[in-house]
Amino acid sequence: MTAPQVALSGVGKTFLAGRPPAPLHALGPVDLELRHGEFFAVVGPSGCGKSTLLEVIAGLTPVSEGRVEFEGRGIAGEAPDGIGVVFQEDASFAWLNVADNVAFGLRRLRLGRAEADDRVRRVLQLVGLADFATAYPAQLSGGMRQRVCIARTLVMEPRLILLDEPFGALDQQTRLLMGDELLRLWRQTGATVFLITHALDEAAMLADRIGVMSARPGQLIDVIETGWARERDSRIVERPEFGAITARLWKTLREESLKTIGRSCAGGHAP
Amino acid sequence: MSRVGWYRLAIVLAALAALEALSLSGVIDRITMQAPHLIVRDFFRLIVSGRMNAAIVKTLRNTLLALSLALSVGVVAGVLLHRARGLRETLDPLFATYYAVPVFAFYPFFIVVFGLGDLPQILIGFMLGVVAMIVNTLNGLDRVPAVLLKTARSLKLSAAQTALRVTLPAAAPYIVTGVKLAVAYAFIGVIGSEFILSRGGIGYEISFSYTNFDNATMYPLIVLILLASIAINAGLSRWELSLLERRGLR
Repeated sequence: MTAPQVALSGVGKTFLAGRPPAPLHALGPVDLELRHGEFFAVVGPSGCGKSTLLEVIAGLTPVSEGRVEFEGRGIAGEAPDGIGVVFQEDASFAWLNVADNVAFGLRRLRLGRAEADDRVRRVLQLVGLADFATAYPAQLSGGMRQRVCIARTLVMEPRLILLDEPFGALDQQTRLLMGDELLRLWRQTGATVFLITHALDEAAMLADRIGVMSARPGQLIDVIETGWARERDSRIVERPEFGAITARLWKTLREESLKTIGRSCAGGHAP
Repeated sequence: MSRVGWYRLAIVLAALAALEALSLSGVIDRITMQAPHLIVRDFFRLIVSGRMNAAIVKTLRNTLLALSLALSVGVVAGVLLHRARGLRETLDPLFATYYAVPVFAFYPFFIVVFGLGDLPQILIGFMLGVVAMIVNTLNGLDRVPAVLLKTARSLKLSAAQTALRVTLPAAAPYIVTGVKLAVAYAFIGVIGSEFILSRGGIGYEISFSYTNFDNATMYPLIVLILLASIAINAGLSRWELSLLERRGLR
């Protein structure tokens, strides 16, 4: 059996929050292993620590307890090589055109000019932005700007791509189409994809496995194997298995979401 | 030109026409002010004669030095203060009240410490401009979306690379506003200092011609300052507009 690409054991995160600052247990303990090349999605109630989990794997947030390993090496609060991150918010650089946005991270790799240009050109073709290389983000739609951010990640040729609700700000139709594009990119790059989403249908459509998180402090309470073939697209939403997966996700999540809502109601309307 | 632009031009031309009429009719006497057409004539004579070249060069050089200092120190101080939250909270009230302090009151102190010459004038121009740069740099950095900083970290940028390649470009529209203010303050500081105590520069020449009732020199020099500040401001405004347009903010 091959070693997992990412291994989390007993990972937890506690923040200091409020005035006066008090410890807030946001995440964990979480145990999880990601296989090379798989598409793993995480769903969970609002505020359960999904994004914190992603930032821990990305090396952007140090853990309070436990251990995170990427390809056998511990991650200690520093972004490791080989991991790319795409965030929910528009992270395109408004002062750079599309090609310069995509090439932004390449300077660190010290590639030759020709190789860097070639990589940018290939990635722009891959995400369908070849005709917009000289456009500025303000001239693009929200979906296209998100593709710029995905391209900026892909150009670094990461072995693990972390996506934090990348289509959260898009309309449903665009999200379905972007989902198809994401599946295509996943197949073409061969990278492992770790997707955080609040949309159960998105997780059910895209992922090989779906991790379901509890209300805060977020823990993995279920991992569902979807059993989809690698060659798939958004048309699988028509299949009965899709409905069954979504129903199972909701059955698990409903209680947890009610806990979150109850907590926020109790906190917001206390007599 | 837009309709508003035409209105603006019409207001300026109407004011000039009124001044011309009042001057020619004697309502405004010649000792107080010359007619605008005479000011224009004297302006060209002054420029062609070249007798003010040394003063113009001195003022522009000192203003440029004061401005360069204000821009570089202001941006660096803004970036450092943005990272030092405690120090910033201490200094914020001082920045807010800074322009209530008449910097010119410190001129005798500058003379004692730095002696006579250009340095005190440059320092006053710098002191007036630098806080506008610090405040606007901080203002811009406060508005950099957190996701851009996370992106910089995920791309393994160092603190200096993050400042130069992400935060400062993101804050650029606010920094340009600071530059516009710093240009105006540097001009005010340097020319104002030349008025008080200097042996050269445009401010000194205006003051000298004023005390000698030399309107043929004084008004053209005032027009020169006016044209220079309008030209610089228009250039900076165009730059600011292009920055905003590129970001879809206009």
